[in-house]
Amino acid sequence: MTALGALIGRDLKIALRVGGGALIGVLFFLTVVVLMPFAVGPDLALLTRLGPAILWLGALLASLLTLDRLFTADHDDGSLDLIVMGRTTLELACAAKALAHWLASGLPLVIATPVLGLLLNLDATSTSAVALTLLAGTPALTFIGMIGAALAVTLHRGGLLLAVLVLPLSIPVLIFGVAASEAAITGLSFGPPFSILCALSLISFVIGPFAAAASLRHGLD
Amino acid sequence: MRLSGRGIRCVRGGREVFSGLDFEACSGEALAVIGANGSGKTSLLRMIAGLLAPAEGSISLEGGEPELTLSEQAHYLGHRDALKPALSVIENLAFWRDFLGGEASDAKESLSSVGLEHAAFLPAGYLSAGQRRRLSIARLLTIRRSIWLLDEPINALDVAGQSMFATLMDVHLARGGLIVAATHGSLGITARELPVAAFS
Repeated sequence: MTALGALIGRDLKIALRVGGGALIGVLFFLTVVVLMPFAVGPDLALLTRLGPAILWLGALLASLLTLDRLFTADHDDGSLDLIVMGRTTLELACAAKALAHWLASGLPLVIATPVLGLLLNLDATSTSAVALTLLAGTPALTFIGMIGAALAVTLHRGGLLLAVLVLPLSIPVLIFGVAASEAAITGLSFGPPFSILCALSLISFVIGPFAAAASLRHGLD
Repeated sequence: MRLSGRGIRCVRGGREVFSGLDFEACSGEALAVIGANGSGKTSLLRMIAGLLAPAEGSISLEGGEPELTLSEQAHYLGHRDALKPALSVIENLAFWRDFLGGEASDAKESLSSVGLEHAAFLPAGYLSAGQRRRLSIARLLTIRRSIWLLDEPINALDVAGQSMFATLMDVHLARGGLIVAATHGSLGITARELPVAAFS
């Protein structure tokens, strides 16, 4: 446990210090959402209708943007070798790294959502529904993305590959995230799509660390 | 404790680097892996560390801690220092102490044995190449591991640093440790030579 705590603490410290890049995702999210009303035009009803989808798309792209940092930094400076050699199970170490990454770059997206909801003419209920679905869904994006990040490290220069690998896997999360938010706004049943979204997150918690660790173990050279 | 390799064959990028390599080292013994550039010294060390799979042959450890694998009982000091520039010297060291686990000693004490105690709170990004090397050596001292795998450990160290490291290696060997080091120059300790020959 000490080892995992130390790993999470170190990754958070690095992300939050100058040059760590924790804010890149949020700034990108902000840019996408702020530009959208200018692109769509001043139709308030349309903005409200598109709001959840825009927020979800922005969050998805923002989390993809920061994912390639998950393992490459450790690979480039040799830390990954020592992490693989360490006495901590690699699967748990991968899960700890993904958790730290989500805390530093996924959670800020959820926190920024209420502010950005104002720009899209979403009322308090709708905004909180979107924020809740993002809270349940962004961990899935990180843990699924971790598989792509681990493959990209072992294949060298796989930044673009990461996006191509991860996007298809994150489509279900996007569908059910937007569906749950829309359901809350239009008064349809919120429960079923939200439960499926939570289930997707739980599946990714199990599959992500194992797949990433397997990729790292076999691909290091 | 006895570390041995039998009939090891190394293939990198579809090309055979070396084959049929045998070696053996016991507690208190140092093995100096020598050979030209590209002859596979680093690959051999990474194979012992478990970071690279040999194409043929096997590496085994007898008499170590039975519940741990070879790589869990070894320290690997590679070309890359595994240091985070954003963290201070002491934070870097404390992280590896907590993460690698096992028997550990005081991080500050190891810093003063490698002559870095004055820089403990400096971000590691400001260290020179030699100081980074010293900090990596401090990692070997802070966490007890019986096997040290060193890849050109004295590179970037000044003369005082080299003799300091030679003393530290002697202490490690006297405690029953085992060292396998890839090197071009002299390590400053008594070491058996293991030539690795490249195929032309």
